[in-house]
Amino acid sequence: MKKLLLITAAVSAFGSMPLISQASPEDDLKAFRGYFMERFPNVPLEEFANGVYAIDAASREQWEAIEEFPPYEIAVEEGRELFETPFKNGKTYASCFRNGGIGIKGDYPYFDTEKGRVETLESAINECRTKNGEKPLKYKKGKIAAISAYMAYTTRGQTIDIKIPHDQRALDAYEAGKHFYYARRGQLNMACAHCHIDNAGNKIRADLLSPALGHLSHFPVYRSKWGGLGTAHRRFSGCNKQVRALPFKAQSEQYRNLEYFLTYMSNGIPWNGPGARK
Amino acid sequence: MAKKKIRIRAKLKGDVAEVKTLMSHPMETGLRKNKKTGEKIPAHFIQEVICEHKGNKVLVASWGVAVSKNPYLSFKFKGGAKGDKIKVSWTDNKGESASAEASIG
Amino acid sequence: MKRRTFLKGTVAGGMIGVAASAGLLTPRMVLAAWPKSAFDAKSVDDAMDALLGSTSAANSSDIKIKAPDIAENGAVVPITVSTSMPAESISVLIEKNPSPLACSFALGDHTIGFVSTRVKMGKTSDLIAVVKSGGKLFSAKKTVKVTIGGCGG
Repeated sequence: MKKLLLITAAVSAFGSMPLISQASPEDDLKAFRGYFMERFPNVPLEEFANGVYAIDAASREQWEAIEEFPPYEIAVEEGRELFETPFKNGKTYASCFRNGGIGIKGDYPYFDTEKGRVETLESAINECRTKNGEKPLKYKKGKIAAISAYMAYTTRGQTIDIKIPHDQRALDAYEAGKHFYYARRGQLNMACAHCHIDNAGNKIRADLLSPALGHLSHFPVYRSKWGGLGTAHRRFSGCNKQVRALPFKAQSEQYRNLEYFLTYMSNGIPWNGPGARK
Repeated sequence: MAKKKIRIRAKLKGDVAEVKTLMSHPMETGLRKNKKTGEKIPAHFIQEVICEHKGNKVLVASWGVAVSKNPYLSFKFKGGAKGDKIKVSWTDNKGESASAEASIG
Repeated sequence: MKRRTFLKGTVAGGMIGVAASAGLLTPRMVLAAWPKSAFDAKSVDDAMDALLGSTSAANSSDIKIKAPDIAENGAVVPITVSTSMPAESISVLIEKNPSPLACSFALGDHTIGFVSTRVKMGKTSDLIAVVKSGGKLFSAKKTVKVTIGGCGG
């Protein structure tokens, strides 16, 4: 409890941001969303799914030019091929997911009460593979990103609706993700919140900082910088490195909990992956 | 994964056929270094793109390394009709090539 | 912004192509060899000379360059060059790139003076579009700023 107060005190000293006390996730969500709706009053809630392009006309124009024929189309096509190709034992990914794996990205992340941990789409994809005698895929890019992109694509348009069950462990996972978001890290001693809450819409050198609201709606993401597709955990890792912090491993507990908290904060916003960003 | 793919969208707007294509290619400049070995990654890029309408060349593009990875190309021409075949082919500096067809919709 | 849907089984107006392993392109016309010296040239003048046989092009307001004022990412800069002049070719040069000639397009008789693509820019530079029309050269340019980002770029 003391740590949380210290964190909130340290962060609130930085600027005006919602004091996240030990409230319920629903209260957190209201405060979180309210802060961004107030900071960007001309942006409708669903537009937050488009990140900086919802708040900056010049970069939006370039993004729209790229969305004319987005580079991730190739990956989605590859993802579909991979998704439909049977494993050595004859089964396919469809057998591991609800509705044959179509339009179900919104089921993730969720708190698995049996396993006692947050399950993400990528971890579920690999679980499906290992259950069927295949080797797991690497978590940040390549095939797993392509499959995830296909599954994100078939889910487009649905609304993010992450649930936190009445289970103390689920609440703890959510809180751990929240703490992670607001905790300082790295040689630059910055928290995710400093850039994406406090300074959303401001510039860091020549980059415009995107608002945290809507952040995980559009993953996996094709970044011009990567020249390819990457998963959310790839981005978390990159962001941590950018504040000169040692990144955690993709699909580590820290990043899964972070994904749980962050996606919950975007409840009400449409799923619109895969996305294209700079 | 089969990487050699060309995606084509061709639409008739009035009397103008608008063609958009997205190609899968690394478009490696030859200036980047392999982070692990320090060696330069050799240039690997599309040099020529030929776009045909019913067998006639409507556009021939000569490209250098400055065209972006997974290149996009859009052009327009007159005299096309719905159902006409559009063909896009490319060759790169390694002698590899690919082609695809689509119908004007 | 309403985004397209793709990935239908057979999309009306588009199909996914399959690799042709031994590029058998059967040209109707004799293809000019890829202009290596133009693409290797280190200056705009040398590139224009090698590609178009001349370094002088008349400024034309009838060449429209659509490109961002500030590129979001120098690796992928969406550009469109259009002109209402009857164009035989459209060429794009990026002055400050190591090799300025980026791309050149030879247009068929019924092809409209319009090309759109995405290019790499190493740093802030003029983007020069050269149009060959009626045997003469015309040009226009636009400055595109390329920055180093603080976190994403």
